[in-house]
Amino acid sequence: MFEVLIDQFWSLTLAGISLGFIYVLVSLGYTMVYGVLRMINFANSEIFMWGTFGTIITSRDIFGYTQTSAPATGGKLALVLISQLIMSMAVAGLTAIFVEYVAYRRLRAKGTNRLATLISAIGISIVLSELMRLLTDSRPVGSPRVLEKIILTEVWGANIRLDTIVTIFAAALIYFLLERFVQLSRMGKAIRAVSMNEDAAKLMGVNLNRVITTTFLVGGLATGAAAFFYITVFEYSKFNIGFTMGMAAFTAAVLGGIGNIRGAFYGGLFLGLLEVYASAVLGTQWKAVTVFIVLVLVLLFKPNGLFGEAVQTTRA
Amino acid sequence: MKIRNYWNLRDFGANLWENAGRPVRVAIVLGSILLVGLLPFMGGSILATPIAAFDAVLVYPVGMFVLMSLGLNIVVGKSGMLDLGYVAFFAIGAYTMAYLGTTTNLNTWEIMPIGIALAMIAGVLLGIPTLRLRGDYLAIVTLGFGEIVRLILLNSTWSKGPNGIANIPMPPDLGPLKFELKNQRVFFWVVMAMILLTIWMIRRLTVRRPGRAWEAIRQDEDAAELMGIHTLKYKIWSFTLGAAVGGAAGVLFASKNLYIAPEMFTLNVSILILACVVFGGIGNIWGVVIGAAILGYLPDRIRFISDARLLAFGLVLVVVMNFRPDGLLPRKKREKAIVKREANA
Repeated sequence: MFEVLIDQFWSLTLAGISLGFIYVLVSLGYTMVYGVLRMINFANSEIFMWGTFGTIITSRDIFGYTQTSAPATGGKLALVLISQLIMSMAVAGLTAIFVEYVAYRRLRAKGTNRLATLISAIGISIVLSELMRLLTDSRPVGSPRVLEKIILTEVWGANIRLDTIVTIFAAALIYFLLERFVQLSRMGKAIRAVSMNEDAAKLMGVNLNRVITTTFLVGGLATGAAAFFYITVFEYSKFNIGFTMGMAAFTAAVLGGIGNIRGAFYGGLFLGLLEVYASAVLGTQWKAVTVFIVLVLVLLFKPNGLFGEAVQTTRA
Repeated sequence: MKIRNYWNLRDFGANLWENAGRPVRVAIVLGSILLVGLLPFMGGSILATPIAAFDAVLVYPVGMFVLMSLGLNIVVGKSGMLDLGYVAFFAIGAYTMAYLGTTTNLNTWEIMPIGIALAMIAGVLLGIPTLRLRGDYLAIVTLGFGEIVRLILLNSTWSKGPNGIANIPMPPDLGPLKFELKNQRVFFWVVMAMILLTIWMIRRLTVRRPGRAWEAIRQDEDAAELMGIHTLKYKIWSFTLGAAVGGAAGVLFASKNLYIAPEMFTLNVSILILACVVFGGIGNIWGVVIGAAILGYLPDRIRFISDARLLAFGLVLVVVMNFRPDGLLPRKKREKAIVKREANA
């Protein structure tokens, strides 16, 4: 049962870290919105899904890559990858702003119950995923390979592939930039102020609507970046991939303490590693079950998450 | 001068009801039951659904949705806990029926209590650890539970994995009423009877201790606990009763559908049921019934836009929630006023 885990420990670890960084970025979409609104951004999974299609469209339709064409090299490679990343982030960011405008803004202004907002968010995520289902005829869409998966070197029996390395370093960089943005910029300060105390922030002259839109945008950008890395590693997308990713990323956010950006970082990495190890031990079909069981256990025994606010005092 | 607004259906209905004497009330109730009972004969009218047979649509999704929404309403509407994994109880009921129906000689009515009991046990098992949580966290944990149940069904051998279980027996005839695949009006009447039973149960409970405890918990859990209500106990009760209704619906569904597979019990069903509850008006029985009937029926009625019907459904959810956040038939005004005062405070 554990042979696989022991045999391939280091390559699993590497895969876990790169998956973990994807989770980190997606869970930022949950954790930031939760921090500000105290509400789950239910449509974040669909924002992610739209981001993956943004990535695919860039390489397939704008740069004309096909499944059979040779992977890019040199300057062309950097150009394609960066435009894919920008496109993915733009698509996801715009989708996030759209979600905020359509599903959250009006209800927030009315100050209605949270369930109504949740249903409205569920409605918009149904709209987003159904729209994509109709556009793609419910078929999975493969992504042409742009970044060749060269094995750079071998360490302790683990193949270090180029895409894994790119994912890990670029994702870490993007996470770092976003974290700095929230910590240092004026807008970031406003975001943190609103998440601490909405009324007091309003009294201090913070423009609440702008802060909330920016939060959705930043969360969307992070999610979009994650969508790009996801496509680079897994090379395929479908209208319903958002759900599993969303659940896992939400679990990661709760694990680290929702509303806490640094928590999302540790939670995402931990969950990525755990998921990869668990599927090596138990088989991939139980992967999702492990995630949920971890979530339940965390909420039971460490409900604050590893770094977050006290969950049990968060009001319904 | 008081302007009477007849377009406000809820007030109009409430007025009618308040001003009526007992015989009139009995007549109204019996008349509505009779009218609804005659629905399966309306297949030729404007109500007809283009592709699926009308009487089949009335059983599933409409009847089942109403039943499950009423069950979920005990959890979400009465005691204010957000449950996104309600489909799990439906699945447990359905698989109990499928497994016992194909491996033993028990018939649907004998399996029904077993299915309900298993669903309730699952409710207690899930409830004891998770009902300490609140709000969004509870929602996510229950959502996870729903998925775990589906994945277990998908990956276990006794449930035949993704192939599902086929050849589930039909319920035995009830005297002259025969259960047929072609004509499902008897199924509809059974679902109706179960719906009436559930409504009766909820109405009785609402005016007694559990109902008042749920109401207190929904409005302010801390205050309820300070008043000496054993909140966890009543939350588990509400959860378990909701589970029981879901389990009963599942048993009947399996027996009606003759075939079940894990893909019938996805998160979408949970979300649809929750949408029915919120769409109709959380906590209001008649609102829930009407909301569930509309949302169950609408996708089949608008089959002409076939593929885009879920899209239209999502849009309806967004639009209705934005313009009527309390649902079509909201809870009583007094409660709304309380909620508003709290929001302003």
